[in-house]
Amino acid sequence: MLRVEKRPSPSKTWGYLAPILAVIATMIGGGMMFALLGKDPFEAIRIIFYDPLFSEFAWYYRPQLLIKGAPLILIAIGLSMGFRAGVWNIGAEGQYIIGALFGAGFALAVYPTESVFIFPSMIILGALGGFLWAMIPAILKTKFGTNEILVSLMLVYVAEQLLASMSLGLMKNPEGFGFPGSRNLQQYASAHNAELWIGSGVHMGVVFGLIAVIFAYVMLARHQLGFHIRLTGESPKAARFAGVNPNRLIIFCLGSSGALAGLAGLFEIAGPSGQVNIDFNVGYGFTAIIVAFLGRLNPFGIMLAGLLMALTYIGGEIAQSSLGLPSAAIQAFQGMLLFFLLAVDLLTNFKIKWAKTEIIV
Amino acid sequence: MDLSAISPTLLVASLMVASTPILLASIGELVVEKSGVLNLGVEGMMITGAICGFAAAVLTGSPMIGFVCAALGGATISLVFAVLTQYFLSNQVATGLALTLFGLGLSAMLGQSYVGIKPPTTYKLDLPLISDVPILGPILFSHDFTVYAALALVLGVWWFLKYTRRGLILRAVGESHDAAHALGYKVVRVRVLAIMFGGACAGLGGAALSLVRVPQWTEGMTAGSGWIALAIVVFASWKPERILLGAYLFGGVAVLQLNLQAAGVSIPVEYLSMSPYLITIIVLVAMSANRAKSALNAPAALGRVFHASR
Amino acid sequence: MKLRSILVGAALALTAASGSLAEKTKVGFVYVGPVGDGGWTYEHDQARKAVVAAFGDKVETMYVESVPEGPDSERVMTDMALKGADLIFTTSFGYMDPTINVAAKFPNVKFEHATGYKMADNVSIYSARFYEGRAVQGHIAGHMTKSNIVGYIGSFPIPEVIRGINAAYIHAKDVNPDVQFKIIWAYTWFDPTKEADAAKVLIEQGADVVLQHTDSTAPQAAAQAAGNVITFGQASDMSEYGPKPRVSSIIDNWAPYYIARTQAVMDGTWASTSTWDGIGAGMVGIGEITSAVPADVKASAEALLARLRDGSYHAFTGPVNKQDGSAWLARGETADDGTLLGMGFYVQGIDSEMPN
Repeated sequence: MLRVEKRPSPSKTWGYLAPILAVIATMIGGGMMFALLGKDPFEAIRIIFYDPLFSEFAWYYRPQLLIKGAPLILIAIGLSMGFRAGVWNIGAEGQYIIGALFGAGFALAVYPTESVFIFPSMIILGALGGFLWAMIPAILKTKFGTNEILVSLMLVYVAEQLLASMSLGLMKNPEGFGFPGSRNLQQYASAHNAELWIGSGVHMGVVFGLIAVIFAYVMLARHQLGFHIRLTGESPKAARFAGVNPNRLIIFCLGSSGALAGLAGLFEIAGPSGQVNIDFNVGYGFTAIIVAFLGRLNPFGIMLAGLLMALTYIGGEIAQSSLGLPSAAIQAFQGMLLFFLLAVDLLTNFKIKWAKTEIIV
Repeated sequence: MDLSAISPTLLVASLMVASTPILLASIGELVVEKSGVLNLGVEGMMITGAICGFAAAVLTGSPMIGFVCAALGGATISLVFAVLTQYFLSNQVATGLALTLFGLGLSAMLGQSYVGIKPPTTYKLDLPLISDVPILGPILFSHDFTVYAALALVLGVWWFLKYTRRGLILRAVGESHDAAHALGYKVVRVRVLAIMFGGACAGLGGAALSLVRVPQWTEGMTAGSGWIALAIVVFASWKPERILLGAYLFGGVAVLQLNLQAAGVSIPVEYLSMSPYLITIIVLVAMSANRAKSALNAPAALGRVFHASR
Repeated sequence: MKLRSILVGAALALTAASGSLAEKTKVGFVYVGPVGDGGWTYEHDQARKAVVAAFGDKVETMYVESVPEGPDSERVMTDMALKGADLIFTTSFGYMDPTINVAAKFPNVKFEHATGYKMADNVSIYSARFYEGRAVQGHIAGHMTKSNIVGYIGSFPIPEVIRGINAAYIHAKDVNPDVQFKIIWAYTWFDPTKEADAAKVLIEQGADVVLQHTDSTAPQAAAQAAGNVITFGQASDMSEYGPKPRVSSIIDNWAPYYIARTQAVMDGTWASTSTWDGIGAGMVGIGEITSAVPADVKASAEALLARLRDGSYHAFTGPVNKQDGSAWLARGETADDGTLLGMGFYVQGIDSEMPN
């Protein structure tokens, strides 16, 4: 009988080995799936994992990894702090939308004024929008003890309807021949979140993502607040004895993750996306939850996990156009990768032993 | 504007049909959550059920076999979630989201050759005379069987949780897995079974979409129904009888909105569409503000990982 | 920064140029939905297959489906251009700005954007005059309705859809002065569940003809279940629902255009153009009018179709007033394309308020 025993502390070795094991398992499982679909499995795997990084056109794909990965990392960093403390913000997608609406709404309101203050104001408003949207579950949780998972999730749908209303109504481009969607902020110099170096993929969102990673790392490792977060997650009772104010922690965790998600939304709408539109949100807020866990709630882990997710998106698209793989196969492949990564986590936190006595896990 | 065009009888009858898929999925998820597991993969399980049921019904020509296969399909894919969360102790939130992603991809691949095909017609109740009784006839006696099956399932779950010993064990596991374990109950086994039941119900809900309500197969056809099912469980404050109310509210707003539009009433569609979610939040707050009461409802161990240390 | 951008541009242009040296003409397609949607994307993919069938070994096509509008589409287009695509069709309105952006970086690659309004030296736009088909549908609907209530499922209140409603209404009213339109906005192009519900509601409220400007066949199935209701196929023929409820259809037929444009690239004659073709050029196909339509109605519908086809009749010919009663077209006057492209009003007689 196999027996699972909790390790006193997570294994370092397995922490590094497990993700590699998962990727290999996914290559085998995914390769079988691609073979069943009548495609060359080796070529498909090579295109997804290798081509975006090292092929002839990698100079184009590599910056794209940053563009695709930045919002995921920014949101996931915020979420991870809450997840460590046992505060579950599932509604980052909604905070992402509201942050974008706040920032873009301001830019569209002052259009076509050109000023150096516009973009910084948008950044502040974007963060504020996400923060305020996250304050709804935070205040309901601290005042009434309402479950934040569910409230934040419900608010995603409210935010989506608001987005639809804005892109069909208030924020619609007056010169857009009646089509839904706002003016394109890429064509509004003061509001455009442009690449800092052309062709590098590095826009302000990438810079903020990197800052967030470092900031979170320092805070968790050195600052008292980080200690409180870790303590609350590991033992809420001990945290209370140590003088942690749970309500303040909830407000901090939800507020900061909301602000970061709002920032991600703002950088996306002012840069790569450009427009307030019905389909503006493409699920970064939900994917970031997965990214946070894949990165084991560790800031640098999240950075790698975000880039890995971005790699499968971009590699998946390349595989579609060059091999004719259906997009559904890529989706299933990503799902498989996540399953394996989640499964191998067991090896990090638990020891597996042969047990003589029959103890059921 | 011509409100007289809206027939209240037909409105009620059609909201019952429109609510059935989400009713099925949410009663299943209720059982899962009652056992202390939060499975956010309802959407993925629903769409898997939708294609399994559709394919089976088309291949065999029998909608009944289709529904059976839909339940099996939903239960099978939920088993992935069960194994990962119960044996590999993975995080439930992340695993549920991954399940949705996987289910959407898998169903689209399975369904590639079923686009544009008409499924066999599902049996619809049509009693001579009785189905023609004004008001009651259309509301009670003229639906397809999924409507009745869903209602029966709600009743069954209510009875199971309230009056049976197994129901009690399930609730105990959801309240405190450590205590239940100490009492000798097999926590993991109970949860795996609950998850599979939830998967089967979600699968049935998906088939109710693909075989009855729409009826056809298209990629991504559940279009968020699974997430609504999650909202309904919360709205219902984990009580089976209120699931019915929640499902009819969500389905009702959708149908009413269309009815008002057709009658020429100019309504802000977006604001009406967000109202059920706002109501759900208000219900949640009202419930949690009264802590003594809510303690009886929300499963205390919801979403927490169980590992028997002995 | 300027210098850098020029360098990158040059690098991109070089890559593209080397790509086009290959003897095969490479054509890329960016789709907004899955190819299995049975409607909009399905028809574009049928046209892609027609291109393959027409040119055989001389072309190589590639496509990516379900591409979200926004930065993802920009990346997909760039990826295609890098792989040496000579011609790229971007088949959704939301790809407009991304198409323009990518086109600026690849001056040697030709782009074709569907249903938009922005052009460039290497970006053509194309769209179809679906409203001509709507006129024929309205004509049949006006004749066929017994309850005098025609249901209409719209996607979004945008000019494209509003044009269709107006064209259908004008021609229904021509043959049936008592006809009334009930309009539901689904706020989606493709959501079978919502479309089915919308159709059911319209039927419950007395409609015995349902027109749809959304892409799934769900309304057809709802009409079939209801019995005495007729419908029209949208985007694709939907003939599996004939001869009733589906009595005719509007078919998006992109194949002739795609073949012609590919040929132009091969011949080196491709130029940036704005195309808005209708029934005459074959871009809008009218599916067979079935036996469920009486012979005299079928004959008059076909006569209308013939006049639209040879251009002797314009679907918007005066006298037509706007909904508020103000004059729009005088007797014999036809609508200009500019007004049609930005159409944001109903014509007189439609008893419904435009949202927003």
